[in-house]
Amino acid sequence: MLSVNIQNDAPIPLDVQFNCAAGQLLALVGPSGAGKTTILRAIAGLLRSQQGHIICNSAVWQDSESGIDLTPQQRRVGIVFQDYALFPHLTVADNLHLALPNQSKNNSQRIDKLLQQVNLPGLAARYPSQLSGGQKQRVALARALARDPQVLLLDEPFSAVDKVTRRKLYIELHCLRRELAMPIVLVTHDLDEAAMLADEMCVIHQGSSLQQGPVNDVLHRPATLAVARQVDVRNLFSGMIIKQKDALYLQWHDQRLTMINDDRFSSGQSVYWTLSPSKVLLHQRRRPSLGEQENPLTGIISDMITLRGITTVLMNITEADNAMLQMDVPEHVVSRNALKIGETVGVSLLSEAIHLMPDNREAGIEL
Amino acid sequence: MDWQALQVSLLLAAFTSAILLPLGLLLARGLAHQQFTGKYLIEALIVLPLVLPPTVLGYFLLTAMDQNALMGQWFYQLTGSQLAFSFNGLLLASLIYSLPFAVQPMLRALEQIPYGLREAAWCSGLSRWQTFLKIELPLAWPGIITGLVLSFCHTLGEFGVVLMIGGNIAGETRTLSIAIYDSVLAFDHAAAQQMSMVLLLIALVTVTLVYWFNRRLMQI
Repeated sequence: MLSVNIQNDAPIPLDVQFNCAAGQLLALVGPSGAGKTTILRAIAGLLRSQQGHIICNSAVWQDSESGIDLTPQQRRVGIVFQDYALFPHLTVADNLHLALPNQSKNNSQRIDKLLQQVNLPGLAARYPSQLSGGQKQRVALARALARDPQVLLLDEPFSAVDKVTRRKLYIELHCLRRELAMPIVLVTHDLDEAAMLADEMCVIHQGSSLQQGPVNDVLHRPATLAVARQVDVRNLFSGMIIKQKDALYLQWHDQRLTMINDDRFSSGQSVYWTLSPSKVLLHQRRRPSLGEQENPLTGIISDMITLRGITTVLMNITEADNAMLQMDVPEHVVSRNALKIGETVGVSLLSEAIHLMPDNREAGIEL
Repeated sequence: MDWQALQVSLLLAAFTSAILLPLGLLLARGLAHQQFTGKYLIEALIVLPLVLPPTVLGYFLLTAMDQNALMGQWFYQLTGSQLAFSFNGLLLASLIYSLPFAVQPMLRALEQIPYGLREAAWCSGLSRWQTFLKIELPLAWPGIITGLVLSFCHTLGEFGVVLMIGGNIAGETRTLSIAIYDSVLAFDHAAAQQMSMVLLLIALVTVTLVYWFNRRLMQI
């Protein structure tokens, strides 16, 4: 278990709290310059933070109160740098050899095993300059693992390779993870990458951690508007809560949407709400379903974009002053229902799919 | 051909570059990738002998080596001999005027090593000393060799400072470059030509060797 709680004023302001359990992969996501790499450097001991603590498996690596601050050498971290930072004058085997904790006789066996683990057998005698980008990344990963680390840190490890290699490396990392028992922290600005590889996600914005949770929770149920913006939710609207008797409604323009009761909100409170485009229910022309009675709306299709079999349908909702709603449907649904630009379609917004967030407009955030 | 002068020259150059190797490395390591107040002043002081006329440098050194001056007095009390017009004085002067030739290539070489490599080494468990020995030193070899050879060659060829503080004492301070000057003054052009050729050859061979060696090192 890795527990991080650090604050820093300068040179880069930080205010971060998160945990990562053993065997779990936590993705730190956020835009470039949000401070993600700085956080990794603080965990590795390459940067001293002014306040807070970093605790790994009940060993205190840093604690500002008791003045503990272990050096990078004492921390037993494995780190894959963004540019891999392989030692150019050493062969692959020697790069790994340097990082092995015990300089014993079984080292060559251990090196062979590590190279096998990252699918690089037979390249031990090569120099880094003789390797491709993907191979360098694998060597960097093997070197990070060579130390038997208590925490594995990955700093944008896929950013320097082409898309085809990246996809291959994703799968390899996914398989390798099953063999690793330590907490893994992955820094990335790519939400898809995080969604694919991580168990949990922590959103970092301007040096602060905004929300940590399971990937789907953070992506589809952001706690605040700031998180919603960082995870790029596509259907983001404002509305007002209305409570009548025991029922909860969401007033959206002229439309009153039925909601599942939620004690966090009171009548008259303005809120933000979001709905995953894949959860918008299309009224099928030939097969009407029961869900269609729930918050039915009409939309006029303004555009359609298809990517890898999924079509994003953009429509203007008539009952909501032509607000733009996005809906993701499989490509075959588009052809079966003969969806075309300019056509009117019926959709339903299922109340359990609508996620409400408090309005933080006083914090200066504009929709 | 003044064999004694050649011997003095070679000895002086060998001692100078041998001392400048660790000294230059220490200075270069202290300056590379570091930011501190006074860094620019230290860098400027190291480079100063490059831009000062040798006579100016020689004059200041000669004044400092005087037995009434602090440095000269201190050396006299310590060893019982004087610095000015002695091989030791010449060696001290050579260390100063050849310092930039040793430090500059070493500093450039160390600065060219990405800082991330040092951090990667630390995170691999290497101490700072191990990082220096196993990562920085091998990567900076071309610069270190260049610094070593340049300081050797430059010491071998220095004239102005040597004349100012060493004078012309056979077997003690008369170097090959002084001997050449002497020969020309005495219209002994044959000797001057011979000795000049020796210096030219030594310089050409060593510098060529450095280029060849560095090219080989860079091939990895």
